Amino acid sequence: MVPVLLGRIQTRIFLLAVVGSVITALITPVLPGGGPLADRYRTAFVVLGAVAVLGVAWELLYHLLMQFRWEKDWPSLFGLLTGVPEAVVLWLLLRAGAVPGVETAPPVAAFVLQFAAVWTAVWLAANGPMRVPFLRWRFRGGRLT
Amino acid sequence: MDAGDLTPELLGAAVWDDAMVAAAGIPVHDVPFVTVGGGMGSFVTADYLRIAGVPASDIRVLSNIDHPWQTYQYLTRVSQIPEPERIRSDSSSRPDNIWGFPSYALSEAWRDRTLRPLVHILGEPIFADYWTPQAGTVFASLRRESARIGYDAMLVKGVVRMVRRRAAGGYFTVLTPPAGSSATKRVVYRSRFVHLAVGYPGLRFLPDLQEFRTRHSDYEHVVNAYEPHEHVYEFLKTKPGTVLIRGGGIVSSRVLQRLIDDRERLGLQTQIVHVFRTFVTGAHGPHWWARRKGGDGFAYQGFNYPKSVWGGQLKARMRRLEGQERAKQYAEMGGTNTPKRRRWQKQLRQGRQGGWYRAMQGVAQKVWPDTDGTLVSLINGDNGTVEVRADYIIDCTGLEADIAEHRVLADLLEHGGAGRNPLGRLEVERHFEVKGTASGDGALYASGATTLGGYFPGVDTFLGLQIAAQEITDDLARRGFGRRIGPIRSTTQWVRWALGRPV
Ligand SMILES: Cc1cc2nc3c(=O)[nH]c(=O)nc-3n(C[C@H](O)[C@H](O)[C@H](O)COP(=O)(O)OP(=O)(O)OC[C@H]3O[C@@H](n4cnc5c(N)ncnc54)[C@H](O)[C@@H]3O)c2cc1C
Repeated sequence: MVPVLLGRIQTRIFLLAVVGSVITALITPVLPGGGPLADRYRTAFVVLGAVAVLGVAWELLYHLLMQFRWEKDWPSLFGLLTGVPEAVVLWLLLRAGAVPGVETAPPVAAFVLQFAAVWTAVWLAANGPMRVPFLRWRFRGGRLT
Repeated sequence: MDAGDLTPELLGAAVWDDAMVAAAGIPVHDVPFVTVGGGMGSFVTADYLRIAGVPASDIRVLSNIDHPWQTYQYLTRVSQIPEPERIRSDSSSRPDNIWGFPSYALSEAWRDRTLRPLVHILGEPIFADYWTPQAGTVFASLRRESARIGYDAMLVKGVVRMVRRRAAGGYFTVLTPPAGSSATKRVVYRSRFVHLAVGYPGLRFLPDLQEFRTRHSDYEHVVNAYEPHEHVYEFLKTKPGTVLIRGGGIVSSRVLQRLIDDRERLGLQTQIVHVFRTFVTGAHGPHWWARRKGGDGFAYQGFNYPKSVWGGQLKARMRRLEGQERAKQYAEMGGTNTPKRRRWQKQLRQGRQGGWYRAMQGVAQKVWPDTDGTLVSLINGDNGTVEVRADYIIDCTGLEADIAEHRVLADLLEHGGAGRNPLGRLEVERHFEVKGTASGDGALYASGATTLGGYFPGVDTFLGLQIAAQEITDDLARRGFGRRIGPIRSTTQWVRWALGRPV
């Protein structure tokens, strides 16, 4: 899929909500860290929500950078690697207590594992399986509506 | 005149009624949907409709070929893409699979039990050239899908002569069946919908080369890359010779590869002179932030248009442009180009170093044979006028003839209400209906090279033909023919595809 701006945002939100939620629900109980499971789930889902919300700003940046490419494309490797700066910024925000709903940041290992699992699953879904139910999606720059 | 042939009355009337056709004694077959051509464009459209729930009995493919990939296979073979070679379009351009998933790379990885293709696509186009499937793989996949959708049962052999509007709505498509296969010279298909996918209207030669061929009746030494020219490579195996290549598109890259492969493999002494009308020396483009790579004469681009033409920003943008603005955008991002493949770069670098590959800018004024038989081309270019001698000239410019050279299209322009777009080809709507040809509750669509210049530039590619097929299928569903493929149908049909079950 070669995205347009609205398509980037819609695809990100949709895939985080569907694929991201399933992965988060499955992985949270086995992530390192203490405390009641309910609290850990709450933190994990707030982190997931933050990836989506901050993502809108990131997508604006990616869209701008894409304008410098002649083909106006976004190679799939970029989609994978942009996870690194996104994770770093989100982690700094969590540490600084700047993410509403999370008072203390989760253990770094728990964060990294959750982020990596969600990111990879969303990236894989966007690079193929997404086209199966949504036949028109790839021809519309990732827009679902 | 025989019964069952076109009458002067029919030929002269833009709109026919049932009685006129009956009076001419031409047998009539009724079917809701007819697609003319039977090449890749007809195939992907029939595939879409079958998946949208249209029974095979409601579709007829009128064609002069037996398999949808036949013309494509012929053109790729003569233009030096044998079956093991990789084609131009990428991994998810899958004419046998409307979803593009699994991509060809994923299928190849599965088939050969290797991660190599997947690692390759992960690095493309930055660390590796675009991964593209082997021609043979594409044919095999098409054969499978063709059997799955019951293509052969929809195919009717013959040459289509014309499509005319029907007074009560819909169209009459006149077919000339193969000699001896029918009681009458013509048969007519009466349908509510017609789709035209007739491919290239014809080949055109560069004017100086055309003149040479006719004047000297020499069809051997001046050849077009799209016609069989194996004898050139055979000659070079027997005797060192010089080949002049005209044109800087992907076909020239293929021919160069063949010449240089033979040189390397068989230790030949072939000399190559390459003439570009537009000699690209570096990155070029309208703005400093929109520049296409180029160099050594070539403009480099992975596919014939920038990738986002098939689904991203440029697709969305082009959809909004009309007239001259659209034509300008076409000129900026199209033109002659070829992919910057590492292997080709290496071969040409060696050729330049060894002095056996020379590239120059110029336009040939005239070609004539010298007394010893060598061809002399008078070339006017940046470095003045020079004479270039060669044993063979291969025209790789791939000029396409005007659409009016195709009989069915000429008839449509004259009688059917069709018009031309800013690039001179058939003007189609965003949903690929040919503008001006509506007939009652019927509709006439076109896809492929004949529609280049419309709201969607990537028409002459597998993916473009599929995009057109999707638009057409959706438009037909709006008109009550077939179903719109929603997420559930799409998924269940995909499962059937994956299991190899009939639609
Ligand atoms: C050398 C070459 C390489 C290409 N490589 C790629 C690639 O890698 N990827 C890609 O996506 N695209 C590629 N293309 C472009 C394009 O996808 C193919 O050419 C494709 O076959 C076009 O499909 P089509 O249906 O428009 O035409 P065709 O496949 O040519 O089919 C049209 C058919 O209509 C028939 N026909 C015409 N008039 C009549 C009539 N009056 N009655 C009956 N039958 C008629 C013709 O015989 C022809 O067989 C390539 C093209 C060429 C020439």
